[in-house]
Amino acid sequence: MLTVSDLHVSYGAINALSGVSFTIPQGAIVTLIGGNGAGKTTTLRTISGLLRPRSGSILFRGESITTLPAHTIVARGLCHVPEGRMVFANLSVDENLSMGAYLLRDRERIARNREFVFGVFPRLKERLRQTAGTLSGGEQQMLAIGRALMGDPTFLMLDEPSLGIAPRLIATIFEKIVEINRSQGITILLVEQNANLALEVSSQAYVLETGRVVMQGPSAELRDDPQLRATYLGGGPVT
Amino acid sequence: MPRPLLYFLAALAASIGVSAISGQLDPYLLDVSMGVGIAIILAVSLNLVNGHTGQFSLGHAGFMAVGAYLSSTVTLFLGPALLGEEGGNALTQGLLFAAALAFGGACAAFAGLLIGLPSLRLKGDYLALVTLGFGEIIRVVFQNVEVLGGALGLIGMPAYTTFAWVYGGAALAVYTVACLVNSTYGRGFLATRDDEIAAEAVGLDTTRYKIVAFVTGAFFAGVAGGLFAHFKLAIDPRGFDFTRSIEIVVMVILGGMGRTAGVIGAAILLTLLPEILRPVAEYRMILYSLLLIVLMLVRPQGLFQWSKKGGQP
Ligand SMILES: Nc1ncnc2c1ncn2[C@@H]1O[C@H](COP(=O)(O)OP(=O)(O)OP(=O)(O)O)[C@@H](O)[C@H]1O
Ligand SMILES: [Mg+2]
Repeated sequence: MLTVSDLHVSYGAINALSGVSFTIPQGAIVTLIGGNGAGKTTTLRTISGLLRPRSGSILFRGESITTLPAHTIVARGLCHVPEGRMVFANLSVDENLSMGAYLLRDRERIARNREFVFGVFPRLKERLRQTAGTLSGGEQQMLAIGRALMGDPTFLMLDEPSLGIAPRLIATIFEKIVEINRSQGITILLVEQNANLALEVSSQAYVLETGRVVMQGPSAELRDDPQLRATYLGGGPVT
Repeated sequence: MPRPLLYFLAALAASIGVSAISGQLDPYLLDVSMGVGIAIILAVSLNLVNGHTGQFSLGHAGFMAVGAYLSSTVTLFLGPALLGEEGGNALTQGLLFAAALAFGGACAAFAGLLIGLPSLRLKGDYLALVTLGFGEIIRVVFQNVEVLGGALGLIGMPAYTTFAWVYGGAALAVYTVACLVNSTYGRGFLATRDDEIAAEAVGLDTTRYKIVAFVTGAFFAGVAGGLFAHFKLAIDPRGFDFTRSIEIVVMVILGGMGRTAGVIGAAILLTLLPEILRPVAEYRMILYSLLLIVLMLVRPQGLFQWSKKGGQP
């Protein structure tokens, strides 16, 4: 569904990605893990058109989206939930969700998506009139994901959905991610520092280190890899 | 009829009503209220850019200058030819003035497009720098064009600006901004301000929103300039300098960034303040500046606002 080949991205003189390649099959949950500054966020921003790569290509459903502006990429069904609770703080929960369906014209479909979002995150329905900026961190993350779902994506990219969220809520959010994938067949690219959880819910994984893919394979295998365990999983025994 | 349209028509009718009896009103009061109305247009239109859309323009006086000068060229140079020997009747004069204002506004909007297109694509504070430069350049240009009076400025414009024109214009500005911002499409301005990356991520063309806001803002600044020119009947480049731009920015900030009612309140207050301080003559501007600083320190979130963050219009 998505093929990234030899992506090079830099911020001025700083190279953030130096030759990143991976493929994501339709219907899968694939995870991209790596430490701080590995280039995970940069990868997602480049795919969604917020950053321009220096070289390399991005194919989405067989067509190049490498140089398209962000809003036309969203229109193709590729939606990005940015890192760190990026909700529209001064708009209500309801308005945030409506913004998610910004590109849709079909009212019935918007209503159906809204019901689906409420099904996944009942909490949002209770907070409809509340200003998004006053939601808790976990609620804001739900809203950010819900907002992305409003746009009818076929491909969803989540950037650290567990960031700054109570451990109790993290499990819920990950359950919901799996639910979204199973029930709607939405392909998911999950970026995480919480490698344990990410490897649990995904089928394929890529490990990024200073702008390069240093390891890849089925998630179950990577979970048992001693080297990876030592670096990212706290070195503990296999659970 | 939709509520905003109703308010707009009511405001329009009220301004025409007041205008009809303006002969009986105290001329000083009338004079001050015209200044207030023009300030409202400037503040409300800048609020669309700096308040609702979260950009930072410092060149509103520049767009006002473009409108003032170019509308004056219409009434000064084309007017006599179009209206004939007797100077036309009320209707033809009104039409000429409307055309002059529209022309001034359109030229300001076009200038806004020219400088907005390259600078609004960039993230960060480029707009502040570019608009700051624009305001100064436009002033120097008018200072050096001889047909426009050079440093001495333009004089002899016909006194077309009445209470009805000013407050009709203010009503139109408020109505336009309200319609833009309160529509489903218009939530995009607020979304762009709240979080540009998230806005792009849900499919908004944030550059287009910023340009629409900026060009609309420039248009109304141009109209305000045209009204100003045909009210003061003499304009010179110094009247549109950086200080003027700052004054309008302060109105928007004190009004609560994005709160139309607050911004109107601040425009009224800041225009009246120098008048109220008139008795203290030479200390007036010092006091005025001090008051501004105090207000900014005491009420950074806006004069008429009690919650912390700017939000609903
Ligand atoms: N706007 C920027 N300007 C300059 N350098 C940047 C910018 N954003 C990121 N970088 C650099 O690019 C590299 C990759 O950053 P990126 O945000 O993609 O990392 P990440 O893997 O998402 O890290 P984290 O897990 O901490 O979010 C880092 O070295 C970072 O310092
Ligand atoms: Mg990151």
